[in-house]
Amino acid sequence: MTRSAIELPVTADDRRIARLAALAIGLTLAEAAIPSPIPGVKPGLANIVILLVLLQYGWRAAAWVSALRLLAGGLLLGNLFAPGFWLGAAGALVSLAVLGLARHLPGRYFGPVSLSVLAAFGHIGGQLALAGIWLLPAAALLKLLPVFAAAALIFGAVNGVIVARLLAAPAASGRQSGSCTPPSKP
Amino acid sequence: MTMKILRAGDIGVLLVGTGLVAALTVYAWGGDRGATAVIRAAGQVVKTAPLTHAQSVSVDGPLGTTRIEIEPGRARVAADPSPRQLCVKQGWLTLSGQAALCLPNQVSLEIRGRAPAYDTLGY
Repeated sequence: MTRSAIELPVTADDRRIARLAALAIGLTLAEAAIPSPIPGVKPGLANIVILLVLLQYGWRAAAWVSALRLLAGGLLLGNLFAPGFWLGAAGALVSLAVLGLARHLPGRYFGPVSLSVLAAFGHIGGQLALAGIWLLPAAALLKLLPVFAAAALIFGAVNGVIVARLLAAPAASGRQSGSCTPPSKP
Repeated sequence: MTMKILRAGDIGVLLVGTGLVAALTVYAWGGDRGATAVIRAAGQVVKTAPLTHAQSVSVDGPLGTTRIEIEPGRARVAADPSPRQLCVKQGWLTLSGQAALCLPNQVSLEIRGRAPAYDTLGY
C-alpha cells in the first residue's frame, strides 16, 4: 500500500487568512486595471482588507495576508520578482511596520482613518526609498515627491473612511460573509 | 457602540499629512533660492550684488532714479518713477530666474541662483 496524498493540517486561522488574502488579491487585480497617470499612484484598495484584518485579527494575520497578496498578486500580474514587485514589497514592509507601531495609539482618538493615512505614507515612503536607493537617482524622484505624498494622503484617508464605515456597519445580516464581526473594542 | 468615523486624532493626522504634502511641494517645486541680484540700466549691468546683507542701490534712468532694495535672500524695486509702477508692485523677488523690469526707466532687477536657470529645455 502506498500513500498517495500528503495531509497538511489546516487550522481555522489558515482558512481565514487564505480567504482574506484572496479578497486582497482580488482587489489588487481589479486595481491593476485602473489606468494611472504616474506609475505608483494607485488607490491601494488591498490596504482596506489589510487594515480590516489588522483591526480584527491582529498584526500577524495582517502580515500574512499582506505577504500572500504580494506573492499571489505578483504571480497573477506577471511581475513576480520584477522591479515593480520589489517596490511593492518594500512599501508593504514599511507600511506593516508603521501599522505595528500605530495600532498602539489610543483608539479613542485615533481611528482607522489615522492608521490608513499613516500606512499609506509608509507604503509610499518604502517604495520611494527603495526606488531612490536602487532604481533612480534621487534627484529625479524629488520632483515627484509631492504627487506621491498627496496621493497617499487622499487615498489613505478615503480607504480609512471605508474601513471605519465597514467596521461601524451593523454586523452581518447575511450581507457580510462568514466571521467578519466588528471588533469588541477598536 | 458606534464610534465616530473621524476622531480627534484622525483630524490631527490629516492636518499633519496636509502640512507634510505642502512642505514637500515647497521643497521640491519651490525652485532655486536666488544668490545674487543683477541690476541693469539701459541693458548694461550696473551692479551685481550678493543677497547676503541688506543694502540699497540707486540707479539713474531717463525718467529719474530707481531705488532697489536688497535684503538677505531677497530683493525688490522699492521706488521707481515709471507711471504704472509695475516693477514696484511685483514686490520681493526670491527665486532664481525671477526679474522685475522697469521699462520706462530702462532699469531691470534679476535674481540669479548658484546654478543658471534655464528658460526652457527641448529634447
